[in-house]
Amino acid sequence: MLTGGHLLSVLVFFPAVGALALLLLRGDDHKYIRYLSLIVSVAEFIFSLFLLFKAPASASGYQLEEFIKWINQPPINYHLGVDGISIFLVILTTFLTPISILASWKNIEHRVKEFFIMLLMLEVGVVGVFLSLDLFLFFLFWEVMLIPMALLIGIWGHERRVYAAVKFVLYTMAGSILMLVGIIWLYNATGTFDLPTIQQMVANGVLVLAPRTEMILFLAFFVAFAIKVPLFPLHTWLPDAHVEAPTAGSVMLAGVLLKMGTYGMIRFCLPLFPDASRRAAIWVAALAIIGILYGALVAMVQPNLKKLVAYSSVSHLGFVVLGIFAFHNISMQGAVYQMLAHGISTGALFLLVGMLHDRRHTFEISEYGGLATPMPKFAAFFLFVALSSLGLPILNGFVGEYLILLGTYQHHWQWASWAALGVILSACYLLWSYQRVFFGEITKEKNRTLPDASVREKWILATMAVVSLGMGIGSTYITRRTAAAAQNVIDQVEPQRPYEASVPSRVVPSAGSLQVARDSRAAKPISLERLGTR
Amino acid sequence: MLPRTIDMYRVLPELLWCGFGVLVMLLQPFVRNRHFFTFLALIGTLTGTLASVISAANAGPGFYGLVESDSFSFFFRLLVGSVAFLVVLAAGPYLDRERLPVAEFYALLLFATAGMGVLASAQELLTAFIGLEISSISSYILAGYRRDSLKSSESAMKYFLLGSFATAFFLYGIALVYGATGTTVLDKMGDTDPASTLLKLGLAMILIGLGFKVAAAPFQVWTPDVYEGAPTPVTALFSAGPKAAAFALLLRIFATVPAATHFWFWAFWVLAVLTMFAGNLGALVQTNIKRLLAYSSIAHAGYILVAFAAVTSMAQGGSAEAAPAYAAVLFYLLTYALVKLGAFTIVSQLGGAGEKNLSLDDYAGLSQRQPVVAAILSIYLLSLLGLPVTAGFFGKFYIFKAAVNSNLIWLAVLMAINSVIGSYYYLRVIVVMYMRESSAEAAASVPVSFPLSVSVVLAVTAAGTILFGVMPNPVINFLLRPSLFGH
Repeated sequence: MLTGGHLLSVLVFFPAVGALALLLLRGDDHKYIRYLSLIVSVAEFIFSLFLLFKAPASASGYQLEEFIKWINQPPINYHLGVDGISIFLVILTTFLTPISILASWKNIEHRVKEFFIMLLMLEVGVVGVFLSLDLFLFFLFWEVMLIPMALLIGIWGHERRVYAAVKFVLYTMAGSILMLVGIIWLYNATGTFDLPTIQQMVANGVLVLAPRTEMILFLAFFVAFAIKVPLFPLHTWLPDAHVEAPTAGSVMLAGVLLKMGTYGMIRFCLPLFPDASRRAAIWVAALAIIGILYGALVAMVQPNLKKLVAYSSVSHLGFVVLGIFAFHNISMQGAVYQMLAHGISTGALFLLVGMLHDRRHTFEISEYGGLATPMPKFAAFFLFVALSSLGLPILNGFVGEYLILLGTYQHHWQWASWAALGVILSACYLLWSYQRVFFGEITKEKNRTLPDASVREKWILATMAVVSLGMGIGSTYITRRTAAAAQNVIDQVEPQRPYEASVPSRVVPSAGSLQVARDSRAAKPISLERLGTR
Repeated sequence: MLPRTIDMYRVLPELLWCGFGVLVMLLQPFVRNRHFFTFLALIGTLTGTLASVISAANAGPGFYGLVESDSFSFFFRLLVGSVAFLVVLAAGPYLDRERLPVAEFYALLLFATAGMGVLASAQELLTAFIGLEISSISSYILAGYRRDSLKSSESAMKYFLLGSFATAFFLYGIALVYGATGTTVLDKMGDTDPASTLLKLGLAMILIGLGFKVAAAPFQVWTPDVYEGAPTPVTALFSAGPKAAAFALLLRIFATVPAATHFWFWAFWVLAVLTMFAGNLGALVQTNIKRLLAYSSIAHAGYILVAFAAVTSMAQGGSAEAAPAYAAVLFYLLTYALVKLGAFTIVSQLGGAGEKNLSLDDYAGLSQRQPVVAAILSIYLLSLLGLPVTAGFFGKFYIFKAAVNSNLIWLAVLMAINSVIGSYYYLRVIVVMYMRESSAEAAASVPVSFPLSVSVVLAVTAAGTILFGVMPNPVINFLLRPSLFGH
């Protein structure tokens, strides 16, 4: 099974097999259902780690490709492949799924079997999205993952769950149907749905689109992705979906679903429509910066803890979009890195908020206060995660934001300066909310007797903490894979531009941004110097 | 001019359907056993459907060019025959529950099927008219089959009055086309000047007549009332059978008659847009599931008309580049028939005695009470919505593709917008089933039983919906054959 030939197919469909097995269990065997889904998702995670061994780190193109003819009229193929960008997104997905399952161990009592089936089906859709190399197949997984997510929100969510679920589906649907028209249009121009083939045609100048056509096509794809990310004016579904979703739903939503949008931009918008991407970059960057600042400012005034985390996602994902559209190798790598870091940090934040909700059944910050006294361990974990999210060096959040700002700065120092404000703001809202929740006097009597983190919760949180520390320290392990893939994308957008990873030569060795993260103090003055010389 | 034997082969399905219809009527006074008639009707619909293979094997014009036995008619005979077969299966328990006489129902159903078969294979306009009349008149009676129900009678009356009006348009159109071309045989009209006003007027009349049958806006107003009032298995038939047959005729006419002009392109463009919006916007506010599905079938007629606009925007209808657009229409009709048939069967079964439980509220918490039924109904709804891995997705995809192929980007975008509007009300049903709790009395009542025959219908349609959603290859390859029309 794991000979490498079909590893990707196994990764896509193994959770579906698990879901089928769950279907056969009796609905009231809650214990077996939970254990089986945990085993399936952990096995899936282990399978996904094989990717790291099977796919050579230095290779730049797509690895482990699988190609089967599926439909002959029009020619649609089952074409999977993985590269330095998608490999970690897949692993992030398979990592967060068992975490979500563990997080739902106790607080899902109602329709347990369906819940875990939906989580596994969601995993199928998301992994499929990240591995598809056929536009049609990509679209298919993109749509398929909608239903489990909508049901997760709509059945197991909080009070306004139905509204949130329908809003989520309609927003996504509106974007994706237009993307389908774009995909078909592209097919008519090229005669194929195969992504590498079309990329080749664009790169070789075989496919030349009129500027207006290209811009329309770019928008057809971009809007679908921007809704998913979500980029500033299209973000309104996100707070609703997050606040109403159950904890596992929020973790998956923030952790991986949002990344499907930014992944789509990297994988489709930039390589397929390079000229349009360049022309749109300034506008996209403006929206991204507005999103960074707006998300942070709204988060700052949120009385609702979960909404605060949701808006912090808008802010953090703004960084990712900015990094992508700066068209710099380092910022691109930073964007990929930030996608992963955000998946871990924000996922962990949602887990923590969910645990608080399990205890008090409210997200209102004013209901808490002084929690550090009854639950010190929990408070410590929360602080750790908050710090990783706001970008404390040696933790994961720092690397991504730093690389994005560094790379963006090389091309557009104005963009970077505005975005840097977001870093400060994120420190404000996270620390301020931390202070209000955990420090001060205990104002509500109920809070005096709250239990500290249970063993299960400690294990979940410790895993997340270890991963975020590991990502902060061992960032080179990730960047050495993303470097080549990111450069591939840059080459397709701006073929005339030389390999720029070597510009700040002391910072970034050719294999990637090795020392950026490891030796942040050495790296920082360089960017300051450069600011001075301008 | 005696008919030759081969002519008989070429209309064998219709002969069998009619013959079994007559047989059922003749035996009705003598046999008391209800199951006997169900059985007979099943055999009748099945043999007729299988006989279409014989017709297809003897392809060619029958009765000196009045009918045409080709791949196109083969496809539609299979389709309407299978629809009739499944409707018989679904109707048996329904008729028992409502204590309605069986024999007449099946006889009328068989006649209606024969009429649809004639419509799909007619190569001559008067023959088509006869087919239309056979199927329509049977349909009028079937719509009013629950005689003691006010709604059913209203449905029949409305359908009859407006339907006759539309048929008159159709007939008048034939007269004008005859005036313009000097013939009523479709494939002899090839050398007529497409700019002739008389021809345009005639075709417009025909379009109005058939537009009524397929529920295209602005001729769609009857649909919700008729669909709501008619006995639900009959509604299932209406939404799947006559609609497909009328579209078949429309397609054959506009594929053979020189009609690839701006005029027809814009006619279909406007018709498609109006129909999509009328259906989808109307469905948004419905609380009765039958009316909701009726409006959705209007919307789907609009999607199919998008492909018609694609056909007429091409150089000449019958040419090779139009083939994908024809295939899109046919494939869509297939997927749509499967889904609507299944959905209405579930509605019919859940409706309960006297069809009382048709409100969306009656579906609240269905996933708790009857998880399998709720899951199957969700498959249908997702297919109507056009979600991947269901047949409806490929149906919509091929139409999108036909539209984009013909450079009808705006039409494709409007269709996309409509799909999003549509997804709202399909989702609403799923939301009600999965995310709301049952009312106290519904939770206390015994789950509705699904007899074997009904379960077979659901299994076949649901399996088909998934199968064609994963493997559309065989069907689409068949439909893309160069010799879809003619022999």
